Amino acid sequence: MLYNEPHPLEVRVLTRRFGLPNSQSIDTYLATDGYVGFRKALEMPPERIIEEVKISNLRGRGGAGFPAGLKWSFVPRESPKPKYVVVNADEGEPGTCKDRVLMENDPHQLLEGMLIAARAVGAETGYIYIRGEYRYIIEILDRAIEEAYARGYLGRNILGTGMNFDVYTHTGAGSYECGEESALLESLEGKRGQPRIRPPFPAVSGAFGCPTVLNNVETFCAVPAILRDGGAAFAALGTPRNGGTRLFALSGHVNRPGVYELPMGFNLLRMIEEVGGGIRGGRKLKAVIPGGTSCPILKAEECDVAMDFDSVAKAGSMLGSGGVIVMDETTDMVKVAVRVMRFYQHESCGWCVPCREGTIWLRKILERLDAGRGQPSDIDLVAEISRNMLGRTFCPLGDAAAMPTISYVQKFREEFEARLPKKVAVETPLVVV
Amino acid sequence: MTFSPELEAKFARLVTHYPPGRERAALIPMLLFAQDEVGAITPEVVQEISRRLKVSPLEIEEVVSYYSMLHKEPRGRYHFQVCTNISCMLLGGAELFEYLKEKLGIDNHGVTPDGLFSLEEVECIGACSWAPALQVNYDYHHWVTRERLDRLIEDLRKVS
Repeated sequence: MLYNEPHPLEVRVLTRRFGLPNSQSIDTYLATDGYVGFRKALEMPPERIIEEVKISNLRGRGGAGFPAGLKWSFVPRESPKPKYVVVNADEGEPGTCKDRVLMENDPHQLLEGMLIAARAVGAETGYIYIRGEYRYIIEILDRAIEEAYARGYLGRNILGTGMNFDVYTHTGAGSYECGEESALLESLEGKRGQPRIRPPFPAVSGAFGCPTVLNNVETFCAVPAILRDGGAAFAALGTPRNGGTRLFALSGHVNRPGVYELPMGFNLLRMIEEVGGGIRGGRKLKAVIPGGTSCPILKAEECDVAMDFDSVAKAGSMLGSGGVIVMDETTDMVKVAVRVMRFYQHESCGWCVPCREGTIWLRKILERLDAGRGQPSDIDLVAEISRNMLGRTFCPLGDAAAMPTISYVQKFREEFEARLPKKVAVETPLVVV
Repeated sequence: MTFSPELEAKFARLVTHYPPGRERAALIPMLLFAQDEVGAITPEVVQEISRRLKVSPLEIEEVVSYYSMLHKEPRGRYHFQVCTNISCMLLGGAELFEYLKEKLGIDNHGVTPDGLFSLEEVECIGACSWAPALQVNYDYHHWVTRERLDRLIEDLRKVS
């Protein structure tokens, strides 16, 4: 079901079936160009499929923005090992709820994207690693998988072409870290979700030590349209090097929060004003986290930015996972910083010392600042500890905790200073002779 | 120990999803599904899954302690998981959590004496655009208010 009304400014490519009756069923899917992209892919040599994805300028929608076609091209097709397609459906970046609606409303689109990837790299098995909290979505996906088997789109000798491909859902059990690709693979193998040292990257050594294509749900969901309408058509929807549309999860202090599909490069202020209906209560915009809590915050005056990977990077933040968190003038930035750090401290897997210790100390210092028990040197200390974490961990969780924290204390320093205890006059001791 | 026939069938299918010799991959789903049925990861569950997957109990403990959804103590029949992460916090998620603590008379991770309700403050559950949100067991509740919480608890009390 849909949780928010669509908006007329949306460009609906991945969400085109949202709102159709029985949009989850294979019949609705087939009646609306479903599996057309896959049928085209079946007639193309694998290199051509990857080329088409490269032309589309599709970049990873999980957060990193790595070009998907390039990622696929790293898989050694000639390797004698089995190859795997793995979907990262461990959506956990705070502020992000787009993969959930993609899987809930159009599960076959994800399966078709996986099939095309499987065809491109020669994989015969696919896993959808999905966060444990999304139990009802696992049920939706399992039904869709069953339908696809029944209609010959999965299993042995798919559509009489000799292609084999099996797909399974695999539940996680509560861990943000498992959204990091190498930790996800560890978890898929039944272990703690601790990241792997890379290289080798998953394309060469991924699931069960075999070559693996691993992408976010939304990335796979874009692939059927790319094959159906051509990579160039998809690329043309966005900005240079940032192809297509993307699902933005608008949350926080806007009048119409919701998940909206907009072209890459859509202006952030316009997104807040026109799509989100402006700030609620007629208040003023204070700041925006543009792509989930791992991204540095943008002050209101920095928000006149095109929402694509390169433009947001130029503005000093990241497009990330598309979770746009809007804050009005009443927002307490110290509380925001504390809450975000509590999250990263909770989710740090504890393997790398800078992340494990850094997040604990940052949480403690930020909490004491918030409680009015901080020392003047604490504000710089927060920035210094954060900077010392950058680039010193095996996975990006350390950076994801440090980068936004630096932005909070730099951009809203006065709020942290205002929390410092007022100087207490030292009383002259009463000397009793 | 044995599980229900439905769960046994599920387990039998599950182990076939992974390459030969890699059955350990079924561990986390098995633990979660077993927990759903038994109510907690009891020592018996650990022993049983250890025997079936040929993974040592210690290795299973390692895994159980890592994942936030796996728990060794039983929870209430209705487990309230209140998101207080940023998007929910901006719209009153933390206050809802405090309200529930007071209303149910339990703390974070607490269980009511009648075993009906338990409470947990959780991280982002993927409902940010429809905040504040919470889950009762696996069911999502969006745009939660105190009034809606009152009604929900009343309804749950009635059906049990």
